[in-house]
Amino acid sequence: MPREQRAHPYMPNSVPALKQRLMAELGIDSVDELFEQIPQEHRLGRALDLPPALSSEAELGRHMRDLLAKNRSCEENLNFLGGGCWQHHVPAICDEIVQRSEFLTPVWGTPSSDLGRNQAWFEFTSQLGELLDLDLVALPVYSWGCAAGHAIRMAARLTGRNKVLLPRFMDPERRAVIINYCEPPEMDSHIEIVDIDADAATGQLDLDDLDAKLGEDVATVYFENPSYLGQIESHVAEISAAARKHGAETIVGVDPISLGVLSPPGSYGADIVVGSLQPLGIHMYCGGGLGGFIASRDDPRYAYEYPTLLISIAETTHGEHSFGLALMHQCSYGSREEGKDWTGNSTYLWAIGSAVYMSIMGPQGFREVGELILQRAHYAAGLLQAIDGINIEQASGFFKEFVVNFDGTGKSVATINKALLQRGIFGGLDLTRSFPQLGNSALYCVTELHTQHDLHFLAETLQEICAG
Amino acid sequence: MMTKPKLRRYHAPVWDEPLVMEMSVSGRRGCHFPEAEVDVRHAVGGARDLVPAAMRRRTEPNLPEMSEPDVLRHYLHLSQQTLGMMGISLFGTCTMKYNPRLTEGLTARPQIADLHPQQDPDTLQGALEIIYNFDQLLRELSGMDQFVFQPAGGADAAYTMACITRAFHAARGELAQRNQIITSIQAHPCNPATAAAAGFEIVTLMLEDGGFPSVDALRAAVSDRTAALMINNPDDMGLYNPDIRQWVDIVHEAGGLCFYDHANFNGVMSKIRARELGFDACMFMLHKTFGVAKGGGGPAVGAFGCTSELAVHLPGPIVEKDGDRYVLADDSPSSIGRVREYLGNVQQVVKAYAWTRAMGAEGIAEASDISVLLNNYMEKEILKIRGVTRSHPDIEGWRIEMTRYSLGQLYEDTGVTVLDVQNRMVDFGVDAFWLSHEPWIVPQPFTPEAGEMWSVEDCDYWIAVLKQISDEAYSDPAIVTSAPHNQPVHKLGPKSLDEPDRWAMTWRAYRRKRSSRK
Repeated sequence: MPREQRAHPYMPNSVPALKQRLMAELGIDSVDELFEQIPQEHRLGRALDLPPALSSEAELGRHMRDLLAKNRSCEENLNFLGGGCWQHHVPAICDEIVQRSEFLTPVWGTPSSDLGRNQAWFEFTSQLGELLDLDLVALPVYSWGCAAGHAIRMAARLTGRNKVLLPRFMDPERRAVIINYCEPPEMDSHIEIVDIDADAATGQLDLDDLDAKLGEDVATVYFENPSYLGQIESHVAEISAAARKHGAETIVGVDPISLGVLSPPGSYGADIVVGSLQPLGIHMYCGGGLGGFIASRDDPRYAYEYPTLLISIAETTHGEHSFGLALMHQCSYGSREEGKDWTGNSTYLWAIGSAVYMSIMGPQGFREVGELILQRAHYAAGLLQAIDGINIEQASGFFKEFVVNFDGTGKSVATINKALLQRGIFGGLDLTRSFPQLGNSALYCVTELHTQHDLHFLAETLQEICAG
Repeated sequence: MMTKPKLRRYHAPVWDEPLVMEMSVSGRRGCHFPEAEVDVRHAVGGARDLVPAAMRRRTEPNLPEMSEPDVLRHYLHLSQQTLGMMGISLFGTCTMKYNPRLTEGLTARPQIADLHPQQDPDTLQGALEIIYNFDQLLRELSGMDQFVFQPAGGADAAYTMACITRAFHAARGELAQRNQIITSIQAHPCNPATAAAAGFEIVTLMLEDGGFPSVDALRAAVSDRTAALMINNPDDMGLYNPDIRQWVDIVHEAGGLCFYDHANFNGVMSKIRARELGFDACMFMLHKTFGVAKGGGGPAVGAFGCTSELAVHLPGPIVEKDGDRYVLADDSPSSIGRVREYLGNVQQVVKAYAWTRAMGAEGIAEASDISVLLNNYMEKEILKIRGVTRSHPDIEGWRIEMTRYSLGQLYEDTGVTVLDVQNRMVDFGVDAFWLSHEPWIVPQPFTPEAGEMWSVEDCDYWIAVLKQISDEAYSDPAIVTSAPHNQPVHKLGPKSLDEPDRWAMTWRAYRRKRSSRK
């Protein structure tokens, strides 16, 4: 058979004789007849102009590997970037489970034929609920930013108010997502965003500024713990009490990997809690590992505002445990534009990866990883603080990230990071454009993956660069 | 039928697998972390003292304590109790197709898996080159001028359109006035839902005799309040609206934008392009049409493409080529910012790029041909089955890559519902078909989509199973209404999950509610 008539490996019916038989079954001479509904003048009328097909897996694999070889990964280099996507240890069995064909490839089945998948989802929500100390956890959304956006809109509907207080120092990526969710001023349902200052000495929320900006028109106070700049917020009870006094909801964004050592948000007055799944056993994938969660107390008032899918334990006709979707009528599948915001494909495979992660970690794993991160991050801050020209304003009280100021070195973060890169180090996230008020600063992230040796290598290299 | 399928003696694995929370044994460990180095401990002291007293966790999270092999085996058991693509799944509109394992392996490599999105672009050249080149391929498939991959699903791409529509009209000072988005009842619910979440009023056009809303209905709907039209074509009944160009002209004349939801692209790829039909923007789902695994509902990508006129509003960062380097451009001043953080689900873009290269122009054209050929072949056989009819029986002719059927006749004759049939099909290793979006416009609807992946044998088997169940419905309907019989558990009981004391979205909520009921 001529090569151009070979059946394509992905298409079992691309055998020419088979296609002929299918056409014979329909009594047609050409497949083109089947497209009779499409007017000729709508047709492209020419073949697509694409590069030649690489239908050989050997050839395609080579092409792809050549492209991927142009990337330099955080495995081959020493990485201190975080900010909204973090390099943590991913247990091997997390990768094994999310690559299982049964979980990797399906869309929807019936409650019985999806039993295993649904149970894994329920184990995700159940275990995350334990970490957060909350009873209601939804199936995930796209990202932390999207979760925060939905939560703010939930609070606006709950209170009938249209103002949100946000911390001044927030991930610009996340804030840009939230701005869209809050709608422009021309829209009737616009939510006004007002910033709360940070206390200059501690990096925590400025409670006086919060008090000044809270009022009967505020739907919600949103803050993060740890904050974007890494600080652990300790006035959590005061913040949520102040919000409650004014009839506002408290939304807290958390990093779930911190919750083996930090207080769970359910214990300190958070009404709605959001955050990222990515630290829970998902690789960074250049930002493709993100997923967002939304949780709250199991109070119908909150439950009725969720835009997400909600998986509930359920009983079969024979009294067995199974799982089903609760409150489907309030999501966009059930009610189109009358539903709460919208839902659709999300990051459900990562819910399974995170379920595996939480199962393997257990309470002791979360405690150990949290303690290790705290100790190594503070050790790193101490090493860097000792370098001439470097200043760390808040040298304690953080979890895994801290701000390093290079004003005294006379060098820009960009220059320093280029020099670090030449030595195999991805320096901290450059904050100079997003937060000029912090001077020439970078956000450094230290995790359980950084050994003492790595941290000394960073410090020695920075010393050399800053002195040079 | 072209083949004579024999019904398989399928039975799903039954593990009676407990919840992981029920498997805990105090003291078991699934993973260890090292203790901080001696010098580290000496320098910073104990971890507890590094946390402000008010913020120290006082009670351990009540997570399971499990050993590593037991966690692995638990989730393997759960995976085995998930039918999906292990059997035959023709879930309409989702375009079930092969997900090449080559790219699963490639994207698991550190050169994708362990990249941080804010690395120096010099260290992301491979990823940026793939994104840039895939944009070029989609431009050829659509005629659009620029694509971005940040939207994390088809609905997120629809939301992107709604945000860009706001920016477009705001730039002209008309946003407060142009606050309506028009769609049809046959458009995916994400179109009206995202537009409403973006702050727009929704105008929904109903279907008329031809199977789609009339040109006159559209004319009556547009005005100086029209911001945009969001529409799919063909729809998921397999009907193509031949007036679509006129639709676009009418909306443009009224000052609105036109968004082509290409959810149903598989049947028409290589045949038509959004640009030639006049659209300003379109969306492709990489997890459907472009061979990326669905993951049970993401991570996904709604690739959003638009004309150069709208491109100034696209969410950043935009990948550009500067000489032989790939760079991330600053956001344009009129960019909508972000609909999701960073560049999107980059690993899925890598997979879609590889799928498109594996198929080539001829492969893509052939996949479209086969998906339409197979749908019409299936239709011919399915309509022979007792109790099954086709939507809009008055509209003759071939459908595109899907056909909407009804089991209304079967239900009237036997009392067996479409959900009963779905539950019975899984007994033969055939996972659920898709029904229809809400609201149902035909009774007891179902919508299979063959695509290009399933063999004739698979499709014949699917048809044979449906035939078997129709026979059962007419001879012994209890077999169908009490199904499934070959699955790990029976169907859900009648108790609603919408009752606050009944629903339990976590195990801790379930235990609390169960004990309060006793």
